[in-house]
Amino acid sequence: MTITIYVPCDTTALSLGADRVAQELQLAATARNLDVRLVRNGSRGLFWLEPLVEVQTPYGRVAYGPVEPGQVEELVAAGLFDGNPDHALYLGDIAQHPYLQRQQRLTFARIGITDPVCIEDYIAHGGFAGLKNAAALTPQGIVDEIKTSGLRGRGGAAFPAGIKWQTVLDEPHNQQKYVVCNADEGDSGTFADRLVMECDPYMLIEGMTIAGLAVGATLGFIYVRSEYLLSKKMLDEAIRRAEEHGYLGDNVCGNGRAFRLEVRLGAGAYICGEETSLLESLEGKRGLVRSKPPLPAIKGLFGQPTVVNNVLSLAAVPYIMAHGGKVYADYGMGRSLGTLPIQLAGNIKQGGLIELAFGVTLRKVLEDFGDGSFTGRPIKAVQVGGPLMAYLPESQWDTPMDYEAFAKLGAGIGHGGVVVFDDTVDMGEQARFAMEFCSVESCGKCTPCRIGSVRGVEVIDRIRAGDNSDDNLVLLEELCETMVDGSLCAMGGMTPFPVQSVMKHFPEDLMASPRPVEA
Amino acid sequence: MHMSERADHKTAAMPVPAPGDWSPDIIRQEVAALQHEPGALLPILHAIQDRIGYVPEGAVPIIAEMLQQTRADIHGVISFYHHFRTHPAGSNVLEVCRAEACQARGGRALEHHVQEKLGVDYHETTSDNEFTLEPAYCLGNCACGPSIRVNNEIIGRVTPQKFDELVDKLTTSVLQIK
Repeated sequence: MTITIYVPCDTTALSLGADRVAQELQLAATARNLDVRLVRNGSRGLFWLEPLVEVQTPYGRVAYGPVEPGQVEELVAAGLFDGNPDHALYLGDIAQHPYLQRQQRLTFARIGITDPVCIEDYIAHGGFAGLKNAAALTPQGIVDEIKTSGLRGRGGAAFPAGIKWQTVLDEPHNQQKYVVCNADEGDSGTFADRLVMECDPYMLIEGMTIAGLAVGATLGFIYVRSEYLLSKKMLDEAIRRAEEHGYLGDNVCGNGRAFRLEVRLGAGAYICGEETSLLESLEGKRGLVRSKPPLPAIKGLFGQPTVVNNVLSLAAVPYIMAHGGKVYADYGMGRSLGTLPIQLAGNIKQGGLIELAFGVTLRKVLEDFGDGSFTGRPIKAVQVGGPLMAYLPESQWDTPMDYEAFAKLGAGIGHGGVVVFDDTVDMGEQARFAMEFCSVESCGKCTPCRIGSVRGVEVIDRIRAGDNSDDNLVLLEELCETMVDGSLCAMGGMTPFPVQSVMKHFPEDLMASPRPVEA
Repeated sequence: MHMSERADHKTAAMPVPAPGDWSPDIIRQEVAALQHEPGALLPILHAIQDRIGYVPEGAVPIIAEMLQQTRADIHGVISFYHHFRTHPAGSNVLEVCRAEACQARGGRALEHHVQEKLGVDYHETTSDNEFTLEPAYCLGNCACGPSIRVNNEIIGRVTPQKFDELVDKLTTSVLQIK
């Protein structure tokens, strides 16, 4: 009898030795003359358990984790190939794990279950149902469904996707239109885009194809950051197979309309996550931010009407088209509808992907899912939404994760990354880093961002050195205001948010001299 | 002086890199293979760097001529993006993640350790030409930091000890005894 074993192949599992675990398993099976089928599945996003080895049994997929390469022989001896529970790493039927059971995985329903590039697997788990429904609708019919879903841009700006698509659809038809996927996932603490591309790439292909049918675009580009080489590899292979199966090409799903996709690599520039800078980069230029208007929906890539959406926005589309916008909109709260893929990271015991309806509190995420800090020390601050967002002290952790509720705090949800810091963090250093990061990554087009960030580092250094601290603190406040009000895009406009949050909630750290870092 | 003239002057004065690692023909081949794609410049620069290991300054006038753009345009794009290098790197390119999620897991201490161990700062190459050290701002492995990337492999939960072992492994040459 063939035994089916799963070892994930996403970046995190690989970074912890998954390839070697797979090799060891294969060797152990060969040594025992066992017929083993080794599947390299995606990760389920329970990262503290990676590498997570699963065995198909009559009672579900039984898991063991985290498995180090050196432990394989011992696990096999303890009966891993039979799903034997007599080992400390035994986790039981992984689908029943509380971390997964408590989630509402609509977008990420398939990750970790399927072989990412196996198109038959994708179809067997509901793939392309949304595209087939969309292919039977008029473009306006598709756009209406997206409007009904209430989907807002998951990249951070939270702009209603349906309205963006409508704008592109309303542009005259006798011209080239594009769909561009922003896969320049540069925010620290985020990995959901990467998980889509590495673990369920057909979902992104399907979402983009639906967008193409909706707005009348025949060509799409996925702009993947150069750090994500594995994502590009998975997408390239998935695109090739989707073309073979008629889901991409001149006659999408046999409905006579054409749509093609191409993956392009960025080149290590954080600013290219800003949509107009990304378009410049795709055109082969320096990634300088454009002034808006004109909106990319009207004059985007090569001056043509362009839908620019984040990976997660486009990845939500197949579910919406398969189950209806109304079903999606039944999740969430207020104007934040559907689910939010939360990425729990940093100093946390149980980090990973947590997809939940909008409205869950940060405290619930940290405690129920995260199970406290990795170091076991008290959590001091949490940065939600990437390097341009505020640090939240404990007094703010009961805020529901909802775009409007976070905006009221002067914070944001951004791309859904949650980075946890324990009480050893020097918040003055975090404020300084925000400015330093901006000085490294600013595109340089506008002065408040280009020069403000450099001055920001200097002023913080003076404050921390005790050089005219009070006056310099006033200067820092004014500098932050100038950057917020005077910058061309969110890079300079939001870099002050983490700084201001430190000034407000952790002033004692900012005023203290920097703590030495021990090498 | 106009930018393109300055670029001219610079190219003329620059010594051509040692033969063997690249030739104008290699550059022409890579440009010709991609130049008809829309927005071809980044794919071309990637192709050149993937093949040669860097984008030689001598490639700039060739790319400019074939794409009918100015040398300043090409130089401007190369210098804008952190990924493109204009000089050869060491045998291994080592990137250390400097971003927040790794900071929260001891990334700053690791960063100091790495610089101390290798004796170089960011953007520098060790004197034995084994390692070029670069900063990275997020490798997307944020729940299992601190992370580094060695060439194309990302490694998570890196401790100073794990790092030292890695360096030893990469710098120890294998002796085959027959």
